Amino acid sequence: MRWLTSPATETQVTHGQRLWLYVLSVVIMILLVVPTLIVIPMSFSDSQYLEFPPETWSTRWYQNYFGSAEWMLATRTSLKVAFLTMLVATPIGVLAAYGLHASQVAFVRIAFVLLITPMMVPIVLIAVGAFYAYVKLQILYTVTGLVLAHTVLALPLVVIVTGAALKGYDMSQEQAARSLGAPRWRAFLTVTLPQIKFAVVTSALLSFLTSFDEVIVAMFISGGDNPTLTRNMFNALRDQIDPTIASISTIMVLVTTGAMVLAQVFGQQRK
Amino acid sequence: MWQAAGPATGKEKDRVLSTANTQALPISVSHVTKTYGAVHALDDVSLEIESGEFLTLLGPSGSGKTTLLMVLAGFTRPDHGSLKFGDREVIRTPPHLRDVGMTFQSYALFPHMSVAGNVGYPLRLRNVPKAEIAERVAGALETVQLGGFGERRIDQLSGGQRQRVAVARAIVFEPRILLMDEPLSALDKKLRDQMQIELRSLHEKLGMTTVYVTHDQREALTMSDRIAVVNHGRIMQLATPRDLYEKPANRFVADFIGDSTFLPVTRRGQQIVFEDQPLNHAAPAPEAPSLLLMARPERIHLLTGTPQERMNTFEAVAQQVIYQGDSYLLNAQLHNGEIMSLRGAVRQGTVDGLPSEGDRIRLGLAPEDTVIIDGRES
Repeated sequence: MRWLTSPATETQVTHGQRLWLYVLSVVIMILLVVPTLIVIPMSFSDSQYLEFPPETWSTRWYQNYFGSAEWMLATRTSLKVAFLTMLVATPIGVLAAYGLHASQVAFVRIAFVLLITPMMVPIVLIAVGAFYAYVKLQILYTVTGLVLAHTVLALPLVVIVTGAALKGYDMSQEQAARSLGAPRWRAFLTVTLPQIKFAVVTSALLSFLTSFDEVIVAMFISGGDNPTLTRNMFNALRDQIDPTIASISTIMVLVTTGAMVLAQVFGQQRK
Repeated sequence: MWQAAGPATGKEKDRVLSTANTQALPISVSHVTKTYGAVHALDDVSLEIESGEFLTLLGPSGSGKTTLLMVLAGFTRPDHGSLKFGDREVIRTPPHLRDVGMTFQSYALFPHMSVAGNVGYPLRLRNVPKAEIAERVAGALETVQLGGFGERRIDQLSGGQRQRVAVARAIVFEPRILLMDEPLSALDKKLRDQMQIELRSLHEKLGMTTVYVTHDQREALTMSDRIAVVNHGRIMQLATPRDLYEKPANRFVADFIGDSTFLPVTRRGQQIVFEDQPLNHAAPAPEAPSLLLMARPERIHLLTGTPQERMNTFEAVAQQVIYQGDSYLLNAQLHNGEIMSLRGAVRQGTVDGLPSEGDRIRLGLAPEDTVIIDGRES
């Protein structure tokens, strides 16, 4: 095979010598993706229980999901909370990243560490803390409470993603805009923001997914009139193992993948 | 030391006045100080810039010249001091209300807008009607010789073209003051020389008060009505290019502008002497604890016959000759060990006939070129 002996890059290394690398990469990709994909066939099973591979096929568990008021309520709550989290976390995080980038104050380093703390500490601590705080504040089992807690979890991602984009941005452009007559907020909106918009859209998407996928905090502070999808799935797994969860997972995988693909397409078009 | 800025003198003064635009504004900087920690970025700087003047802030990096420009633009708030544009105190005015055009070292063009989008930006901010924006953008692009480039993207432009777009954007809203931060430093030498002439004639045409920052002394000499030499956050000297070159106020200025040989000299009674040799000098020597003779290499003569009357002569031993194309540099060692450099034009493409290493030679310096300066660094 000529391909095996042709150079792989501008170096003299051939594809043949790189073969082990290709194999390893494929194995790693499979390990990453398969556990996610395995739920798809499981969701089309006709069995009462979760099983793999399924012996008989049906879409009854999808019908069960869409027909269940309980699941629909949880879905609405999850979507509502995720959407609101995105609306709250994105502007706050983008402004925080901008402030950290533009400021020369020494406090900036401390502020950055504080902002990304939720990413460092075990989430269960945040969950327990939020639970007791929310009991006192009487916002347990409310959308407000969930949005606040999920915003805390999403902020580090927004700050990091947007901050990275700002690092590659020439702040003298904003100075130029200001010297040309733009107040600072307008210089930001017309000059800086359009140039970091891909990072901002990515941040928004990540905030949405952070909330939508979140289970630990939701276990503690969601429920009552406002259970999240993930909470109900977790409870369902514990109480009755039925393939509805697999069909919900499949839908979630599709929604998530679709959103990521959209973001990629959006980013490609920009270049 | 800082010098209170006097009016420009002689010819240069006339040039300033003849181009002065009634629209231009004088700038008055007084006692401006800015410290970062223990470092004085600006140390009690005072400066009067005339209406319509082209003034250059010249200095090495870290001298404070850019900080001063940022104070003028409003991006740096000094610890204290006053800044007036005309009669208006602007020290507390934010940048966007100062109405100054500014160009940046990196050009700072907006890559997400077309050339016309960039140039029209300040007009859109001022709510100028669309038709008028198009007209004025086209006019500004014409002025910087980029007519018809409006629809181009920024990344399709060369460095020189970007520079012109930056200038067009800074002048399109007819500011009365134009600030330029090392606008040519990213261009290659040929283009830079050409742009220097272009920017200068643009200034003559528009007549706005221009403050230009550079570390390139030749650029400063070429373009400016007056030059303020800045070092350690202070203005070392403020003078016309000619005065700066001919009569530097101190060793730092003499060293920074052009090449020179410095010889330690002393005052003996009425005379200035170098190694017991009395010197003939045209201009009076300054009153200073230490004095130096400043000899510009192109003003030193290589003597063969009898020197002109009153010419100062120095015995020396020739060292190497350095061929530099348009000129040669001859280093000669005086008997006290100091090296004196002499620059001469290369004629008929040859440096034959110049002394070779070890030859005993005589150097001559006319009294007008025998400049005695303050030997201190500042």
